[in-house]
Amino acid sequence: MHPAPSIIVFTVLSGLGLGMVFWAGLGLGPDHGAARWWIAVLALGFAAGGGAASAGHLARPDRAWRAFSQWRSSWLSREACLMVAALGTFGMYAAGWTLGGVRFWPVGWIAAGLALATVYATAMIYAQLRTVPRWSLTPTPQTFLAFAGAGGLMGVEAASALGGADVSAGRVLLALALTAGVAVWWQTEAAGAGRRSTGSDIGTATGLGRLGRVRLFEPPHTGSNYLLDEMAYRVGRRRAYQLRLIGAVAGFLVPLALTLLAPLLGGWLMVPALVSHVAGVMALRWLFFAEAEHVQAFYYGMR
Amino acid sequence: MTTLPDRVERRMGLVIDLDICVGCHACAVSCKEWNTQGYGAPLSDQHPYGADPSGTWLNRIHSFEIEPEDAPAQIVHFPKSCLHCEDAPCVTVCPTGASYKRVEDGIVLVNEDHCMGCGLCAWACPYGARELDRAEGVMKKCTLCVDRIYNDNIPEEDRLPACVRSCPAGARHFGDLSDPGSAVSDMVRARGGMDLMAEQGTKPVNKYLPPRIRDRHATAPQTVQLARLAEPEATGFLGWLDRALERLG
Ligand code: SF4
Ligand code: SF4
Repeated sequence: MHPAPSIIVFTVLSGLGLGMVFWAGLGLGPDHGAARWWIAVLALGFAAGGGAASAGHLARPDRAWRAFSQWRSSWLSREACLMVAALGTFGMYAAGWTLGGVRFWPVGWIAAGLALATVYATAMIYAQLRTVPRWSLTPTPQTFLAFAGAGGLMGVEAASALGGADVSAGRVLLALALTAGVAVWWQTEAAGAGRRSTGSDIGTATGLGRLGRVRLFEPPHTGSNYLLDEMAYRVGRRRAYQLRLIGAVAGFLVPLALTLLAPLLGGWLMVPALVSHVAGVMALRWLFFAEAEHVQAFYYGMR
Repeated sequence: MTTLPDRVERRMGLVIDLDICVGCHACAVSCKEWNTQGYGAPLSDQHPYGADPSGTWLNRIHSFEIEPEDAPAQIVHFPKSCLHCEDAPCVTVCPTGASYKRVEDGIVLVNEDHCMGCGLCAWACPYGARELDRAEGVMKKCTLCVDRIYNDNIPEEDRLPACVRSCPAGARHFGDLSDPGSAVSDMVRARGGMDLMAEQGTKPVNKYLPPRIRDRHATAPQTVQLARLAEPEATGFLGWLDRALERLG
């Protein structure tokens, strides 16, 4: 599948921001001081900025408001509605927390729940597609939730450090380790989830498989088209190994090392740790799209 | 509304006879011609006269080769357009309500005034039947020529999808597949009409009639080994040897 930069930025940043909403809503972060502002502003900024990036993927962004209408059937619509609800609720909670110094616990919990549901809905946009086994046969929702959780926790700690508050390295280490585990789990499942793993192949796609071995004799057109560009993306797959390495090192090893050093050298290390983590997750998200195979490509003779 | 209707009154669709299609692309051209000028946005082309032309089509003709175990290979031309699935995944994923399935005839359509061009429906379709128009930024797909089949302003014989009307070989048929007495249902029964990628669970309405099994010769004809004929002529010592052996008979 075509790895559109707008969707990669969107899923990574909104996951990060919603993860921060989740932890802050549950009560993480100090009760006083500038750190509260950093946490609230960064959480809302990442989530809303990511949301704005997603509009870059639309051919008609002026009609994006219509996406709030079909929550009964569509995960994309549910995601849009939940996102607005989560950020609205968190906005109220954050106003009390930052301006008044009071936490309205029930509001925070609702915001946390909505943030979690939003990330789940984002993941389901991909996980619902039977046409892309690498997304539908793998623990995609678990992975998106784990990444949002770890990223959000790092975001809260980094924002706390920026606001001069204390940083707790222990839980970040735990979250990073757990998320690395989930990432490996997803990767193991994905390794076997090619476009044939739902039982489809060129034989079932054409219905001709029962008559003999089928191969493409002539494609329907000589040039490319929307279908091939979008659904049969193959550019840069040979860089997959290097990108996965970047994902592992920048996304996990560097942040782990920086987090370990933070108690010794200072909480500010959480900031480069977060930047590194986000860069690594972007590389992995790029692969999430670029390596996913769509069953449509059978009609173009791809195996 | 992008929830699917509980039931549709009729299931209008196409039956495509893979035994008859000659791969002339007339239906695809005719489809593009009709659908670029009637309703909604035209079907745009990008760099039509440039080095890398591309464009939006609602019907495309692939050609496949089947190699049976015990018979010579066979070419099958394979027209493909929206199959107007009963459980259309492209409809339920649509966030704007632009995609919908009609209750009265089961036709799957896009309301181009509501589509925001997110492309998710094209990802959800297993068949590659939806293409985002790159000039207009809205999703285009086969409409079964809704603006022809009920159109009182054109002669009765033209009230068929443009592809069916134009096929010079008679490989395409249009009718109500929910009516067991319709001509298309007869064909599906008689010829073993099949669903494409049934395992995707979309329940396509359009059916494909598989090519009939070719006659098998009682004594299988010797397949000519073309590769051997094309072997390069030997020169030098081997050439001399070759000629000498030939002279020996
Ligand atoms: S063929 Fe594709 S576009 Fe047409 S109804 Fe089925 S899933 Fe939707
Ligand atoms: S591209 Fe248009 S029709 Fe398709 S899912 Fe998006 S809004 Fe709906």
